[in-house]
Amino acid sequence: MIHSLFLVNSSGDIFLEKHWKSVVSRSVCDYFFEAQERASEPENVPPVIPTPHHYLISVLRHRIYFVAVIQSEVPPLFVIEFLHRVVDTFQDYFGVCTEAAIKDNVVVVYELLEEMLDNGFPLATESNILKELIKPPTILRTVVNTITGSTNVGEQLPTGQLSVVPWRRTGVKYTNNEAYFDVVEEIDAIIDKSGSTITAEIQGVIDACVKLTGMPDLTLSFMNPRLLDDVSFHPCVRFKRWEAERILSFIPPDGNFRLLSYHVSSQNLVAIPVYVKHNITFREGSSQGRFELTLGPKQTMGKGVEAVLVNSQLPRGVLNTNLNPSQGTYTFDPVTKLLTWDVGKINPQKLPSLKGSMSLQAGASKPDENPTINIQFKIQQSALSGLKVNRLDMYGEKYKPFKGIKYMTKAGKFQVRT
Amino acid sequence: MSANSAFNEEKGGSSNVGEPEYGHDPASGGIFSSDYKRHDDLKEMLDSNKDSLKLEAMKRIVAMIARGKNASDLFPAVVKNVACKNIEVKKLVYVYLVRYAEEQQDLALLSISTFQRGLKDPNQLIRASALRVLSSIRVTIIVPIMMLAIKEAASDMSPYVRKTAAHAIPKLYSLDPDQKDCLIEVIEKLLADKTTLVAGSVVMAFEEVCPERIDLIHKNYRKLCNLLIDVEEWGQVVIINMLTRYARTQFLNPNMNESLLEEGGGEKAFYGSDGDDDEEEDKDEKDKKKAEAPSVVKRKPYVMDPDHRLLLRNTKPLLQSRNAAVVMAVAQLYFHLAPKAEVGVIAKALVRLMRSHSEVQYVVLQNVATMSIKRRGMFEPYLKSFYIRSTDPTQIKVLKLEVLTNLANETNISTILREFQTYIKSMDKDFVAATIQAIGRCATNIGEVRDTCLNGLVQLLSNRDELVVAESVVVIKKLLQMQPEQHSDIIKHMAKLTDNIQVPMARASILWLIGEYCEHVPKIAPDVLRKMAKTFTNEEDIVKLQIINLAAKLYLTNSKQTKLLTQYVLNLAKYDQNYDIRDRARFIRQLIVPTDKSGALSKYAKKLFLALKPAPVLESPFKDRDHFQLGSLSHLLNAKAGGYQELPDWPEAAPDPSVRNVEVKESVPEWTKCSSREKRKEKKVEKPFYSDSEGESGPTESADSDTASDSESGSEESGSGSESEESDQQSESGSEEDEEEEERKKKKEKIKDIFPLNISVCLADHAIFPLPVSTNQTITPSGNLKTYELLHRITGEGLSVEYCFSRQPFSPDPHMVAVQIQFTNSAASEAKNLHIEDAKLQSGMRMKEFPEIGHHRCTLPAGETVSVVMGIDFCDSTQAANFQLCTHTRKFFVSIQPPVGELMMPIFMTENEFKKEQGQLMGMNEITEKVTLGEKCHGEHAVIQRVTTAANLSRVPCGSDKECRFAGKTVTSGSLVLVSVVTKDNGAAQVTVNCEKMVIGTMLVKDILQTLTQ
Repeated sequence: MIHSLFLVNSSGDIFLEKHWKSVVSRSVCDYFFEAQERASEPENVPPVIPTPHHYLISVLRHRIYFVAVIQSEVPPLFVIEFLHRVVDTFQDYFGVCTEAAIKDNVVVVYELLEEMLDNGFPLATESNILKELIKPPTILRTVVNTITGSTNVGEQLPTGQLSVVPWRRTGVKYTNNEAYFDVVEEIDAIIDKSGSTITAEIQGVIDACVKLTGMPDLTLSFMNPRLLDDVSFHPCVRFKRWEAERILSFIPPDGNFRLLSYHVSSQNLVAIPVYVKHNITFREGSSQGRFELTLGPKQTMGKGVEAVLVNSQLPRGVLNTNLNPSQGTYTFDPVTKLLTWDVGKINPQKLPSLKGSMSLQAGASKPDENPTINIQFKIQQSALSGLKVNRLDMYGEKYKPFKGIKYMTKAGKFQVRT
Repeated sequence: MSANSAFNEEKGGSSNVGEPEYGHDPASGGIFSSDYKRHDDLKEMLDSNKDSLKLEAMKRIVAMIARGKNASDLFPAVVKNVACKNIEVKKLVYVYLVRYAEEQQDLALLSISTFQRGLKDPNQLIRASALRVLSSIRVTIIVPIMMLAIKEAASDMSPYVRKTAAHAIPKLYSLDPDQKDCLIEVIEKLLADKTTLVAGSVVMAFEEVCPERIDLIHKNYRKLCNLLIDVEEWGQVVIINMLTRYARTQFLNPNMNESLLEEGGGEKAFYGSDGDDDEEEDKDEKDKKKAEAPSVVKRKPYVMDPDHRLLLRNTKPLLQSRNAAVVMAVAQLYFHLAPKAEVGVIAKALVRLMRSHSEVQYVVLQNVATMSIKRRGMFEPYLKSFYIRSTDPTQIKVLKLEVLTNLANETNISTILREFQTYIKSMDKDFVAATIQAIGRCATNIGEVRDTCLNGLVQLLSNRDELVVAESVVVIKKLLQMQPEQHSDIIKHMAKLTDNIQVPMARASILWLIGEYCEHVPKIAPDVLRKMAKTFTNEEDIVKLQIINLAAKLYLTNSKQTKLLTQYVLNLAKYDQNYDIRDRARFIRQLIVPTDKSGALSKYAKKLFLALKPAPVLESPFKDRDHFQLGSLSHLLNAKAGGYQELPDWPEAAPDPSVRNVEVKESVPEWTKCSSREKRKEKKVEKPFYSDSEGESGPTESADSDTASDSESGSEESGSGSESEESDQQSESGSEEDEEEEERKKKKEKIKDIFPLNISVCLADHAIFPLPVSTNQTITPSGNLKTYELLHRITGEGLSVEYCFSRQPFSPDPHMVAVQIQFTNSAASEAKNLHIEDAKLQSGMRMKEFPEIGHHRCTLPAGETVSVVMGIDFCDSTQAANFQLCTHTRKFFVSIQPPVGELMMPIFMTENEFKKEQGQLMGMNEITEKVTLGEKCHGEHAVIQRVTTAANLSRVPCGSDKECRFAGKTVTSGSLVLVSVVTKDNGAAQVTVNCEKMVIGTMLVKDILQTLTQ
């Protein structure tokens, strides 16, 4: 399956290589570099590149290309999904997945890669099992290790691999037993010129942080499970129970994990929490353009809209902008033509606006495209779809855990066309 | 941190000059020390006695390997540490060894003995890791050793070791393909394995070594289908892909009776109706048309094979997986195997994947594009999910556009075109070009909007961007070919463009258009030719060719005006650098200019040049890609990748389905009790969940149930009421005689067979306690689960309860003995609220009740069986636990008394540890008895089996074959229990039990003696 893995940084250097079968020369990456050169944007490099003897399948995360070398037929998604899992694991271990972090922890990285694949076929990808095998590096442990000479490698053998609940390690102990669930919903929308919604949909996830002793068995029920149209589960969730009763019943992994991701059925009309009034015009013959943008809250269920960030890719003809924000700060990069406006919180009494003029290339005709406006925002303590957790129960253990549920709405890919 | 410093220091001494340098620290002085010396330094560290130094050295070496530096000269120094006690050093040595063994074969052999020793280790994880490294060393000399190790590991007790064996198979195969036959034997053996841990890995091995041996799958097909949901995600992908291929060879096409209902392209419908005609004909002249055998077969009403249904049903829940590869695998399985009406379910899941990373989107969209050509209706409801955002990468935009184009039809075309209009204004010009192409395709496919599209495109001709204009010209040219008469003004408009537009393809297209339709623009055409003749020498080749074409056509239609121009152009072309153009000029001159020699053909010149040309068909590049298995690399590249297994065509006639029947060794009658219950239970559980798919296929399945009921898993679908009653009676008589050894053996086997089902029921139904049942069951395969009766059917008024000691660790509390309780409701009414009350326990004893059955959700309906697990802490005594078992109407006093052998659990020990511990448990703690072995009890194997049946102990390896040793500890207090049985030649034997708890020791000796003398 996966023959080798090369990590390539944004300047095109291979800074790590790992082979699971015979060694493949790193010159195979030349084909990748060629494709990289051809692509105008970093994300335009084709994920699958055929070369005379191999196939290169790559993913781009955190400005690092993870290039897997394949020799024969294998489902491409299999490799892509695995590579993303590798990145997630690194992130889990080192907090960030940057070139520096990987280089600093090159031995741990190597040990992880060794455990994750055997002869190119995934062996242990559950983070709970991996953490039993190789302890994540922490500052404290590094200090202790240098003094005492002890190691990162788990002393006891990973029994998790043998159990039927491979995602949970055995013998978990906490003094404070707590289970937190974050219901995070993202709204994806395209709003057209006139302000009407072209598409809008809500995608949600429930991320959990469970620190419970022993082998707890949790059930989570919703007030309105019918809202959930399409769901995908962490393997721990008992599917049949969900089908029959719409209750999530599971033995949780230890630590952070994504319990569920869902889609809210598109039949329900999606409430759009913000509106944008815009007036972006270029006049023929003049080297000036007008730019006006006003944001306002729409259907927010009484909650404040926070962390609003607007960005827009202005046409190539724009040389510079001279804008005046009523609040927050704005920047314009004359090279990439990217306009960013960090608005902050929207105050419904005094709506934030950004007004001013753009200077265009002299003599050039007016750009015939209008920029799209991308908006990011957050609404705390509410899930846009109205999804509500009814109760969380624990069986199988005696103690009383501390339980918490948090709701949040975020903008996903929220675009306004002008 | 230490790794970091290693990075910097190593850097200086690196010999590869061309390599990029990172974080180089000149202060380290690395530059000045020679390479040779530097490695000396590492060698010294490796030779030292301190683990910390060794570790440091290994870390540096691994960092070197990671950066692709050569560290092979350290091989001898590193390989010495292969037996190092420190786990991390050992692991890093393994990493090194696997990397360089191939290059230093002789030296690598030094390490082999360490792994061979590891293969015999009592700890399964060490055995597994030894096998893993041994098989990863690519040294041809050790092939026989590897083969032996794999064979041995394939029959290991631990499923984890067997999994590792499965992983090792492709490694050995790639090292020495001659071993194929032997390896196939191992694969065959492992395919029969019943644990989920092994299933994925062995199918992977199967796919790499012998994908053509589809016959090996038959017997395991149903098992694989049933295990699928519990297999780890990567294994699921491999199994699903393999089963897709398998199903294509074994079942009939579920869509073969499809007729005009077919959605999608008209071509399909056409094909479908063709089939219908055949059928009609067949009816009329059946005997005449023997040549049409296939269609005769077709005429049989299609009945889906229950195994085919099983596969579809068991894969469907996996559409909910979080792993995109699994979802894609199921989607392609449905696309290739499911009846048309059912394929729709995959659309939603695929659309969900589009939210994932852009690489995932890319692959999914490629597949959706192929699917949407054949099954457009499936994705129509999700049209808006394919709308393009300005932030999408170009390759994603283009694919989405492709899907939108495929989905366009009369009803949604107006929305799609409106969407396209915004795309045309995008800043991404490649994407704009693709959009124009897409508009062209919509216009050719949907007649109603052709004029609208054409007008839109003509407007684009005045766009400032030349690329946009050029693309529009090319597309307009194709559209005009469909109905040129009405559009002469467009052609005129385009003729004017030749002054400005520079893109060769566009120029060529315009010239071709004018030439082709010169009759519609009689005045302009000669003028265009005049202009072109002027610039001829500066044009691109494709433009030149079209100029010659234009000249030829004009010469034929309007020779008066253009004769001289044509000759001029032809003369220029005659001396062109490009031989194609020279050829063309010569050819055309001969054809159109009448001379003496040009005879026959010139008469037809006009016909040749101005023949009516069919309009081009604008096709999706994804058309017909579905002959590749979807989701595969080959499909993505539209070219066969190495190792790709063709997706076979459906067979004309179904091969014999009975090959998939699994023989349940002649002991069916005695056993049916449990198995049929299990079956019924399984059915019960799945019903609500699968109800939709079952509803459709209900009749088919019941029709087929006769054939399936003789097989074990196939009969899950049948399980008729009459059969189960019968079997209940039989089982009663069976259980009375169950002291007979043979019967027990059979039963044991069947318990093992049944167990996987059992788990799924527990988990699905009300498993409050996670049961690592399947794995542990096979770790101690000799454990004989004897069933005891808790409540008889008659006293319980129809409710009968049995229990057995499942010998699993009871995970909520390790100090408890797990007791598996099985309720069977044979009464006419349902039993509700099964729970435990009023436990009367001896002091110190504790009990963990099972959760109440059926207090809010399901009751135990009549005729159903359900099993639960409870834990009891017996305090290491054989005192009975008394309690009341309550239903909603009655209470029954019951008690569970454990045999002494169930109060312990197995532990792993080495021979030395055993001896040491035994030495500490002498005197009062040792009980020795002499015994004459029973007739059937000679031989090591029989003894082991008897003892592990009597007590939950595990075997301890032992050098002599006259002695068998067993070890365990009591569940509550954890005191050691050591048993050794020394046999003598004359059938006499001596049993020794060492245990701190004398009572337990004495009772255990008695039990063992009894079982050995029988």
